[in-house]
Amino acid sequence: MHKFLIRSFVSSLVLLFTLTVAAVAKDVKAAFVYIGPTGDHGWTYQHDVGRKAVEDAGFETTYVEGVPESADAERVLRQLANSGHDIIFTTSFGYMNPTNKVAKEFPNVKFEHATGYKREHPNVATYAARFYEGRTILGTIAGTMTKSNVIGYVASFPIPEVIRGINSFTLAAQKVNPNIKTKIVWAFTWYDPGKEAEAAKALIDQGADVIAQHTDSTAIVQMAEKAGVYAFGQASDMDKFAPKAVLTSVENNWGPYYVDRVKAVANGTWSQKDTWHGIGDGMVVISGLDSQMPSDLQAKVKKLQADLASGKVHSFTGPIYDQKGNLMVAEGKTADDGMLAGMMTYVKGVEGDIPK
Amino acid sequence: MIKIVKRDQPSKAIFFFTPVLAIFLTLIAGGIIFYILGFKPFEALKFFFIVPIADKYGFSELLLKATPLCLIAIGLSFCFKSNNWNIGAEGQLTFGAIVSGGVALLFYDQEGFYILPIVILAGAIGGMIYASIPAILKTYFNTNEILVSLMLVYVSKLILDYLVVGPWSNPEGFNFPETRQFSDSARLPLLFEGLRIHAGIFLALAAVVISWFVFYKTYLGFQMKVSGFSLKTAKYAGYKGKKMIILVFLISGACAGLAGVGEITGPIGQLHREVSPDYGFTAIIVAFLGRLHPVGIIFASLVVAITYLGAETAQIFMQIPKYTGQVFQGMILFFLLASDYLLFFKFKFIGTKK
Repeated sequence: MHKFLIRSFVSSLVLLFTLTVAAVAKDVKAAFVYIGPTGDHGWTYQHDVGRKAVEDAGFETTYVEGVPESADAERVLRQLANSGHDIIFTTSFGYMNPTNKVAKEFPNVKFEHATGYKREHPNVATYAARFYEGRTILGTIAGTMTKSNVIGYVASFPIPEVIRGINSFTLAAQKVNPNIKTKIVWAFTWYDPGKEAEAAKALIDQGADVIAQHTDSTAIVQMAEKAGVYAFGQASDMDKFAPKAVLTSVENNWGPYYVDRVKAVANGTWSQKDTWHGIGDGMVVISGLDSQMPSDLQAKVKKLQADLASGKVHSFTGPIYDQKGNLMVAEGKTADDGMLAGMMTYVKGVEGDIPK
Repeated sequence: MIKIVKRDQPSKAIFFFTPVLAIFLTLIAGGIIFYILGFKPFEALKFFFIVPIADKYGFSELLLKATPLCLIAIGLSFCFKSNNWNIGAEGQLTFGAIVSGGVALLFYDQEGFYILPIVILAGAIGGMIYASIPAILKTYFNTNEILVSLMLVYVSKLILDYLVVGPWSNPEGFNFPETRQFSDSARLPLLFEGLRIHAGIFLALAAVVISWFVFYKTYLGFQMKVSGFSLKTAKYAGYKGKKMIILVFLISGACAGLAGVGEITGPIGQLHREVSPDYGFTAIIVAFLGRLHPVGIIFASLVVAITYLGAETAQIFMQIPKYTGQVFQGMILFFLLASDYLLFFKFKFIGTKK
């Protein structure tokens, strides 16, 4: 009798568990809205890798690629919300207003907007990655590997996200090599292989022997490979596109966050928040280091990576000066998130002005 | 044996039949492409062309999408009918959006009935100013209007980039490339609660009626037609060619500018980098598919609009790559140009001789 009770208790627990799992796996449907094609090997590609992780976790997913940030975004969002999706990830800044607008009409659908700041309704969350931590690593490598002391940097748009990256990169490079200069070319695009390659070419012609990028295509690393200079992969591991040029890549790793959030919807624990994860939480990942890098540099990079992850090292630790020599962050202090979010001045060592 | 013979005169019936044929061939070719990609052709076509407009909301979206296409194509037909190849409607749209957006931003914290008319007028003027550049260069300096108008598209997009990144960017917007949101008085009123179709559709319909009247009931329309057939004849008849060139460019620019106004004061409500998903270029397909006829353009704009919506639905429900929408637009134009062959040539069946 006793045994029977225990057995039935256990079996009903097992049954309950399977039922919950089945219900979870069946019920929640996630949708992803992409700005580019899934084959861009950069921004959108990595979001799609994240989506596949959600599929592997047992959830149904849908995606729409190449959605312009024009009036069309709102229609796509409404259609997804209307067709049984429980959580919708909108993966480009320009979807911010449409996301909030559609969220108001569908209070039962959760919306997750990447890189934005507006959370006008309780069902809108925002998320972004601390890519600048990855750029601290790249700056350290660039400052060590450069011989000409001129480092090129192809930038997209003069927004805090990009300025922060340039600064973090330059500060790290200066730390290992005080003589370096960072030259910037603004491509005014996130993805345009032709323009990006031209920008890289211009920088190489000006003597840059290491090229960093804040645009998404593989054109820059390929141009670097041709010219025989070093480069870094952006968003995904770009080593296979330029095996000699690419020293390492900073990968955007959205999978864990996406799985987490979709599971939260399934468990009913989803709530609005603003997520900003870096190396420590695994949202920013450094790819394998190239063997051309001397072993002491490799060891240094590994240590820096661990220290950034643990919080022992912060990318923006004072003293930090702007181009005119004014103090931005005092000695021993670190920049807070508010300052990072609104960063619109170059640090000392960056050449040129921010386009206004 | 079949022989291909040149027609003495282009057939009028075939002139209006070939667009229908082109759409039909596109559907067949599209079905074949879906089949090769591993999708069920009929199901895919259903998701492409029927599901998106099966409800009230979808139909409103169709009209919303067709409005700028129709408006621009009407404007372009003035140019194309008179042998002026304005390829830069996208630039005129963008510049119209810039000027009207600039005016709307002046009034960002004000309400008033007078704001919207000023904003709309500013957009039309902006489009006209931008279209006048290739027109004046063509008439007075003999430049090629295709190149000038096309290159100015990229210039206009750079101007827009500059403005939304720099001087016009939202002061509270963390320097992201977008302006403030316009006040409600600068927004085109919605026609139905909960749907996005807005009063801009009346601008398009007015353009249709006016253009029909001009084309078929006025001396200007006749002049345009003659110039379209033969510039030499037009000159011989004593028409003032330069004046007409500038006029048709201005009309075309105004229409494109108004399309830009419709986008930013309609569904978007602010200026940012992407005010138009290349409506100005797609409208060229619309103009030709509609045979440069106002009524034809209405139908053509609806057909092309649905390729946009269908591509989204097909991806959401069947995971068909969204870029097939552009493939469809390309195929429509391709089949139209190909079947135009029938306008000038006919097949003649003749008995085989021994």
